[in-house]
Amino acid sequence: MMGLNWRGVAAIYRFEMSRFFRTLLQSFVSPVISTSLYFVVFGAAIGSRIDEVEGVSYGAFIVPGLVMLTVMTQAISNASFGIYFPKFIGTIYELLSAPVNFLEIVLGYVGAAATKSLFIGTVIMVTASLFVDMQVLHPLSMLAFLLLTCVSFALFGFIIGIWAENFEQLQLVPLLIVTPLVFLGGSFYSISMLPPVWQWITMFNPVVYLISGFRWSFYGVADVPIVSSLLAIGLFLGLCLGAVWWIFRSGWRLRP
Amino acid sequence: MPAIVTVDSLEKTYADGFKALSGVSLDIEQGEVLALLGPNGAGKTTLISTICGLVQATGGSVRVDGHDIVTDYRKARALIGLVPQEITLEPFDKVINSVRFSRGLFGKPRDEAHIEKTLRQLSLWDKRNSRIMELSGGMKRRVLIAKALAHEPRILFLDEPTAGVDVELRRGMWETVAGLKNDGVTIILTTHYIEEAEAIADRVGVISKGRILLVEDKDTLMNRMGRKQLRIELHEPVSELPDGLSEHDLELVDGGDALIYTYDTTGARTGITRLLSDLSEAGIVLRDIQTSQSSLEEIFVGLVQEENAA
Ligand SMILES: Nc1ncnc2c1ncn2[C@@H]1O[C@H](COP(=O)(O)OP(=O)(O)OP(=O)(O)O)[C@@H](O)[C@H]1O
Ligand SMILES: [Mg+2]
Repeated sequence: MMGLNWRGVAAIYRFEMSRFFRTLLQSFVSPVISTSLYFVVFGAAIGSRIDEVEGVSYGAFIVPGLVMLTVMTQAISNASFGIYFPKFIGTIYELLSAPVNFLEIVLGYVGAAATKSLFIGTVIMVTASLFVDMQVLHPLSMLAFLLLTCVSFALFGFIIGIWAENFEQLQLVPLLIVTPLVFLGGSFYSISMLPPVWQWITMFNPVVYLISGFRWSFYGVADVPIVSSLLAIGLFLGLCLGAVWWIFRSGWRLRP
Repeated sequence: MPAIVTVDSLEKTYADGFKALSGVSLDIEQGEVLALLGPNGAGKTTLISTICGLVQATGGSVRVDGHDIVTDYRKARALIGLVPQEITLEPFDKVINSVRFSRGLFGKPRDEAHIEKTLRQLSLWDKRNSRIMELSGGMKRRVLIAKALAHEPRILFLDEPTAGVDVELRRGMWETVAGLKNDGVTIILTTHYIEEAEAIADRVGVISKGRILLVEDKDTLMNRMGRKQLRIELHEPVSELPDGLSEHDLELVDGGDALIYTYDTTGARTGITRLLSDLSEAGIVLRDIQTSQSSLEEIFVGLVQEENAA
């Protein structure tokens, strides 16, 4: 690790974070508002018809899913935009001609995107705690899931940003794949509430494992065993890392 | 002078099958200013981009101070600063932050004194806190140079540094290049302005259709290829060349008022003495004589036309 160009990592990280700080108020206010809206709509309107899910009040039950939903979409959009924009305006030449390797580039870009989504996830949890009674039974595991999700989805977004050749494509994957997977991944309901066929189909949705593990950290209830949740996120992280390593090795979409 | 960059049989075929570089070999000498001339699409940017790591070569190799640009890219790239042809800058960034970023990216410790020196050198110090989108085109180009110099490179690539730059700024750019050369920086620049190469380069390379047609010391080139002309103005116009002068390469111009004699400066003898004595023998009285040398531009155009005809 001593051989890494840490100053290069810091330069990228600082640059990426500066955009975030420029729009700090926006970054702060929009998750607060959207979380409040979710609680008004789901918590109050629907929650009043559903008493409890697996022994947890519905309002509290949806908090982990809500955090995951936002963290995943934020991590993806921040990281994908972060690398797509320099590609789009051409400033990526500097990155490609600098003495930095793929790990340093990833640490800088993905680190910054993960930091931002971690921040927003925290804001949502704090906002949510104003609306509902929450508890965190396993804080360490909660933190681990949150961190791993931020990092792996930022990595995923980073790949999308490199792959995308126009703004439409940049939106495409999050819109067509990630959002449905998250919504169908048990953010707002327990898998056990689904008909058996759908329960079975849902098991192929990787997001289910993340939300389940994350929710277990809060309330001790899970749709799938906690170990499989950890495996799922570890696998996803490993796949993304491998893909990024290959991208920089082959120059795919970066170096003609 | 030892070579600091060695390009060996470099090939680049783009994904669409277009061959932009066909076996380019080139030694760039330490401390020199090398100007690359060539028509649009010749492969100048491709060559520079490949050396700097933006484009992957499909054949051949490049060494920078002994470091291979692929296997030892960290050490190779650390020595190089690149000013791209297109102005590509993050519009919201402040000038000074953008330059600091470049230095950090190359792994150099903070050095505000160096940043200040660089910005002053490029007359950007007063603009250091401006956002890049608030700058003029010429200023933006200088920001690109400042960014390339931020990590104190030993080799600087300037891809058309004076494209779209006014006359005054162009002279300023030439002075900047001269200053950097004085500091020991090796400079490779591409240009479409022959007078630019004539003014600042030590050596000139001509590239066309992905091939280096020649690389030569600028003065030698102009001497070797430079054909000189002697213009002889006559006291009395003549209607045709006298018989005794037919063996000389003479042309009658201006309705018989003057003669043009073309000769090669590198020949064993220019033949001027013979010509002059033959002229007086023929009874022709001279009013004035002057010589002129063909410019690099003519040489260049001639070379590229030859290549195109081949
Ligand atoms: N990414 C690419 N894919 C396919 N062809 C390319 C690519 N980049 C450049 N070329 C082609 O390679 C050739 C050389 O281009 P290059 O940009 O190196 O020329 P140049 O000498 O810099 O020209 P100019 O003076 O116009 O800047 C051109 O025919 C160009 O169309
Ligand atoms: Mg070019």
